[in-house]
Amino acid sequence: MGHSMKRKEDARFIQGKGHYVDDIKLPGMLYMDIVRSPYAYAKIKNIDTEAALKVPGVVAVVTGRDLEKYNLHWMPTLMSDTQMVLPTDTVMYQAQEVAAVIATSRYAARDGREAVLVEYEPMKPVMDPYKSLLPNAPVLRPDKPGKTDNHIWHWEVGDKEKTEAVFAKAEVVVKQDMYIPRIHVASIETCGCVADYDKVNNHLTMYMTTQAPHAIRTVIALVAGHVGLTEEKIRVISPDLGGGFGGKVPVYPGYVIAIAVSFLVGAPVKWIEDRSENLQADSFARDYHITAEMAGTKDGKILATRFKVLADHGYTDASANPSKFPTGLFSIGTGSYDYGTAYMEADAVYTNKPPGGVAYRCSFRVTEAVHAIERITDRFALEVGKDPAELRMQNFIKKEDFPWKSPTGWTYDSGDYHAGLKKAMDAIDYAGLRKEQAEKRAKGELMGIGISTFTEIVGAGPSKDFDILGIKMFDSAEIRVHPTGKAIARFGTKSQGQGHETTYAQIIAEELGIPAEHIQVEEGDTDTAPYGLGTYASRSTPTAGAAAAMAARKLRDKARKIAAYLLEVSEADLEWEPGKFFVKGAPEKVKTIQEIVFAAYTNHPQGMEAGFEATHYYDPPNLTFPSGAYICVVDVDKETGGINVRRFVAIDDCGHIINPMIVQGQVHGGLTQGIAPAMYEELIYDEAGNILNGTLMDYLVPTAVESPSWETGHVVTPSPHHPIGAKGVGESPTVGAPPAIANAIVDALSPYGITHLDIPITPFKVWKALKEKGAI
Amino acid sequence: MLKQITVTVNGAQHTAEVEPRLLLVHLIREVLNLTGTHIGCDTSSCGACTILLDGKSVKSCTILAVQANGKSVTTIEGMIQNGELHPLQEGFKENHALQCGFCTPGMIMRATELLANNPNPTEEEIRWGISGNLCRCTGYNNIVKAIEYAGAKMRGEEPASTEPQFV
Repeated sequence: MGHSMKRKEDARFIQGKGHYVDDIKLPGMLYMDIVRSPYAYAKIKNIDTEAALKVPGVVAVVTGRDLEKYNLHWMPTLMSDTQMVLPTDTVMYQAQEVAAVIATSRYAARDGREAVLVEYEPMKPVMDPYKSLLPNAPVLRPDKPGKTDNHIWHWEVGDKEKTEAVFAKAEVVVKQDMYIPRIHVASIETCGCVADYDKVNNHLTMYMTTQAPHAIRTVIALVAGHVGLTEEKIRVISPDLGGGFGGKVPVYPGYVIAIAVSFLVGAPVKWIEDRSENLQADSFARDYHITAEMAGTKDGKILATRFKVLADHGYTDASANPSKFPTGLFSIGTGSYDYGTAYMEADAVYTNKPPGGVAYRCSFRVTEAVHAIERITDRFALEVGKDPAELRMQNFIKKEDFPWKSPTGWTYDSGDYHAGLKKAMDAIDYAGLRKEQAEKRAKGELMGIGISTFTEIVGAGPSKDFDILGIKMFDSAEIRVHPTGKAIARFGTKSQGQGHETTYAQIIAEELGIPAEHIQVEEGDTDTAPYGLGTYASRSTPTAGAAAAMAARKLRDKARKIAAYLLEVSEADLEWEPGKFFVKGAPEKVKTIQEIVFAAYTNHPQGMEAGFEATHYYDPPNLTFPSGAYICVVDVDKETGGINVRRFVAIDDCGHIINPMIVQGQVHGGLTQGIAPAMYEELIYDEAGNILNGTLMDYLVPTAVESPSWETGHVVTPSPHHPIGAKGVGESPTVGAPPAIANAIVDALSPYGITHLDIPITPFKVWKALKEKGAI
Repeated sequence: MLKQITVTVNGAQHTAEVEPRLLLVHLIREVLNLTGTHIGCDTSSCGACTILLDGKSVKSCTILAVQANGKSVTTIEGMIQNGELHPLQEGFKENHALQCGFCTPGMIMRATELLANNPNPTEEEIRWGISGNLCRCTGYNNIVKAIEYAGAKMRGEEPASTEPQFV
């Protein structure tokens, strides 16, 4: 471990031999396209399918009324809400699925889609979450028994009275409203599936873009068990995934319709959404309206924080959170700072926007929390007149205080925040930059330096608190070593580009001494892999990576017994060195792991089970708490508001590092998905419920030109409770980067009295703020 | 209504009867079963479907199959020559310039023309040169490195170290 092994999976990807869902072609396969609503809120008066059915190649048109006959027109969400598969009478958001056209080719299905005539009676949609709570707002979910308003849930954590008391007496209180906009993961591969129902054997094979194949199998069984599709009759295969970032966790109506159609027609059905459908209908992320407050002393000591959130969930609560956590892990928002009390509350509402609430490369709402704490910390620093780096150093939790109990109930496992920030400051020459900034300010030029020192919370999670639909959030590894000493290892997780085929092999290689090149890693087939909850929330290394180490250790215990038998010594006389057991004091008496494995099949001790296999289901004792210190430097053009990210240094602490190359790649990608919402991305709707940027032409995913050349580094404080001390890293940079960028831009503008701008911070927003302050 | 076209793909001539509206990317993927060329959007924005048409990189979702009649197409499957990886393929692997792999074929095809036109591009020229191709995983740092690596190799020079650099 700690070795930048080149990735095993790359050979197929660089030669165009990856195998993604849309590459699957089965004999007799039909194609499905979906008719979507142009209105955000409307009654369906009539669906006329006659013309569509006459289109050459069209086999069937399926509506909600058709699914209703089988009670398949509704499905549960992961948050125990309900969602239409296809509507029978009302559409609730623009681009909602209205009907499905099945045809013999992709083009015929699209022709059929154009020929379906739907008559709507539009209604005035509710697009503003605050207005949704007003007494005169229409009740959007009359389908829910007893529902008389649009409020979904209230959540709170922390000590309200104590926090209020601290705020009442505090020398300094700062308050900031901020909006964390609705954004979209936009993985370059969209979502899709091939549902292949075999009538003769009553068996469904579901090839689909999912980050959590096992959980999906259980969900399908729950939704379709009543029509005979019970769990042993379902095989979910998640082939190569073209990115996920949380967007491939939910069950979308398209998957369910494809299954229903394959079940009814008896042929394989392919559904691949196009990009615009993906952006307009699939799960959004974020959409949190936050009021953040911080109380402290005049000399910069933080004493308390208070956050209030209004969460816009759209038409239904289809968030991908652990069941007991409606706001995900938002309560990590007390940050990296040592203070006594905090209180957070959140309310969620329905609106006529698409449902969702997925990650966007973030562990369950951590990004929203980190943005709030890192922005309000900068506001506080500005208020008390302290340098934001100095103020953070003053308030950090100290290295020796770990494990540290947070005011909202978490136990942070390890960290060294002072070392991280110092390393970032040294790398970027913080003192030099402040000097340069002073000189520039004297000349009226705008330059800003922004810091974010965040704490993440990943690796969900301990079975005591964490489940999805009741299934505990363990994860699994199964290792089978063949007689010749080569192995296959299978996992309950599913890589979407993270490089599991390499890193898991490296973990097993380290524990068992078999070269990583000899270990084949396989994921994503529910018929072969052990059950697991999948890959999201940076949980693969903390859970399945741990399971790999534990399963390998079980095998090492067995290897020791076999070695003792082969060398005719007691187990206690043996010493392990990666790849071999030898007799203490007599290193020439040695058995390699390959010899031991061969013996497990050919010459094992009497009474011992033959073979060399182990499975482990790992239930983490705690979450892991990666952290980072990020510093961003921007130059702002006063006349145009143009922002240039000149430098960005990211120091991450993700604990023990398995493959530095892969970790760095994760950080680079995460940082670009951090600059994206900070400066470019937002799903925008008008009052009539129309999405204004529902294609990649106007939803601005950063290109290589917008992305700076990232500079990265590490401090390492191993997780004390993880078998190999790792913490997970995939999402830290997405979480930590936006406030560093926002803080840098606000810092650049602060001489003109600008103290906050909501992300995405565009040149227009900057120009407008400068104009309003009379700076230009 | 069907049109007969002949297209040379990765050196082999193919004749097909196609609808005039058939997109070139669908000819490649669904008629010729070369699935290395991917589809990532419907607005010519992402570049996942980039191929070479008579040596020029084009987004094959934006061109009709009939427009490729009589022309020569190179896809990612045609980059390997005599069992040897193209320097760009090698560069992407050695520099960890791919993660999920979905944008990779389009990136490599685009970079092929970029290096053909400009054998020794600066970082800025590379960044602008691939700005029609979106990658959601890598943050582009290592894609730039991979193209620099391939450029060096193709010029007969020693490429820079592929070890990750940390501050």
